[in-house]
Amino acid sequence: MKRFLISCLLACAALLQPWSKASAEDQHITIAAAADLHDAMDKLIASYRRNHPGATLEVVYGASGMLLNQIEQGAPFELFFSADSSYPQQLVAHGKAGGTPVPYAMGHLVMWSASIDMSQVKVADLSQQRFGRIAIANPQHAPYGKRAEQALRAAGVWDAVQARLVYGENIAQTAQFAQSGNATVGLIAESLAKASPVKGSYALVPATMHEPLKQSFVLTQRGAGNALAKDFASYVQSPPARAILAGYGFSLPGAGH
Amino acid sequence: MFSAQDLQALWLTLRLASVVTLLLLLLGCPLAWWLTHTSSRWRRPVAALVALPLVLPPTVLGFYLLMLWGPEGAVGRLIAAAGLSALPFTFRGLVVASMLYSLPFVVQPLHNAFEAVGERPLELASSLGAGPWDRFFTVALPLAWPGVITAAVLGFAHTVGEFGVVLMIGGNIPGQTRVLSMRIYDHVQAGEYHQANVLSLCLLVVSFAALLAMTLLRPRRYARD
Repeated sequence: MKRFLISCLLACAALLQPWSKASAEDQHITIAAAADLHDAMDKLIASYRRNHPGATLEVVYGASGMLLNQIEQGAPFELFFSADSSYPQQLVAHGKAGGTPVPYAMGHLVMWSASIDMSQVKVADLSQQRFGRIAIANPQHAPYGKRAEQALRAAGVWDAVQARLVYGENIAQTAQFAQSGNATVGLIAESLAKASPVKGSYALVPATMHEPLKQSFVLTQRGAGNALAKDFASYVQSPPARAILAGYGFSLPGAGH
Repeated sequence: MFSAQDLQALWLTLRLASVVTLLLLLLGCPLAWWLTHTSSRWRRPVAALVALPLVLPPTVLGFYLLMLWGPEGAVGRLIAAAGLSALPFTFRGLVVASMLYSLPFVVQPLHNAFEAVGERPLELASSLGAGPWDRFFTVALPLAWPGVITAAVLGFAHTVGEFGVVLMIGGNIPGQTRVLSMRIYDHVQAGEYHQANVLSLCLLVVSFAALLAMTLLRPRRYARD
């Protein structure tokens, strides 16, 4: 019995060890990134690591509002890449940021479908029944969802499509609803449309129909003194990183868009 | 205290759990009965299949249902061919998914109860001239009643607490699939802790009341002896 208890304790102690130990604290950061960055951020990190092979950068994707909440509750993120600017500003206002928000990209909202040719479709057309279920991200905590609601209201079809709306938890799940065909149309980020594993077509939602998706990042309190976090932050503003973001359809701050 | 949307989610959740519990009792009784009395070689595989949702992560169940029910999925195609509307993102879809998800919580208590009744009372009833239906309804079911109550309470409570499956196939539609657990999740994500707290407290009270009701409704001692 005694031996059994001791081996149990030893096993627990072994299991409590982290999976891998970073050699130095500075060589490891975790980034909270808006779900519209799903492929772009992976590319950015891969490209950054080519010049910094010793650095480990992990990403957690989610709806920006959700990530903000997690950071405020003490989640161990060094950098916060939001899909808008208001959530980073809130972090600053609540005294939980380690710097000022920096705009890094301008996102675009598109209407995407796997089954219908969307290229000539206008937002107001979505009131037609042939568009079936329409997926948007939850406007409560996902910036793209909020913009989708604004665009549908601006087109005057919000009430007409209400009964056919399906809400994704974040913009990546929204895209998945549309890509799997469970929703006929998805109002998703252009970056996700460009990275879609499923063939589909899309039309841009005119930027005049919603608040801009000016995407900012901010260092968290935890990241403020972290050299790797700061270095990656400046890398994201460098020409090679901007080229990657542009490849996913993002417009860039200061690029005359 | 509750917004209209919160009340809607509360009502939807109670409606979903009630429908699922009733359907599961109807389906679970014959299934548990069969598991108890069959000597078929399919008994063990079927019992394992019924118990599967106990150990399967809800997200796995939700993922497969979404794929299976989608326009490209096998079931999705069948349903479309039959001229019915698709299951994902609908209340009906949630009912079916919840039935799968809560199946073991209803069938296992029933199975245990039927086993506890044993063969003897049924043989006696048979020798007194009772037919199979009569034996089931006037002998087995009344004797297994505590098990039926346990099954109903567990099935109901488990359906109320469902989250992972709903997240995958619900689509968070107000009045259709936005159940209480989704609503709480949304409130927390939006930083509305007060509303999240009120709804969570509701669930806590309901869960406690359900378990309390279960022990109170259960007769002190089984009437078998």
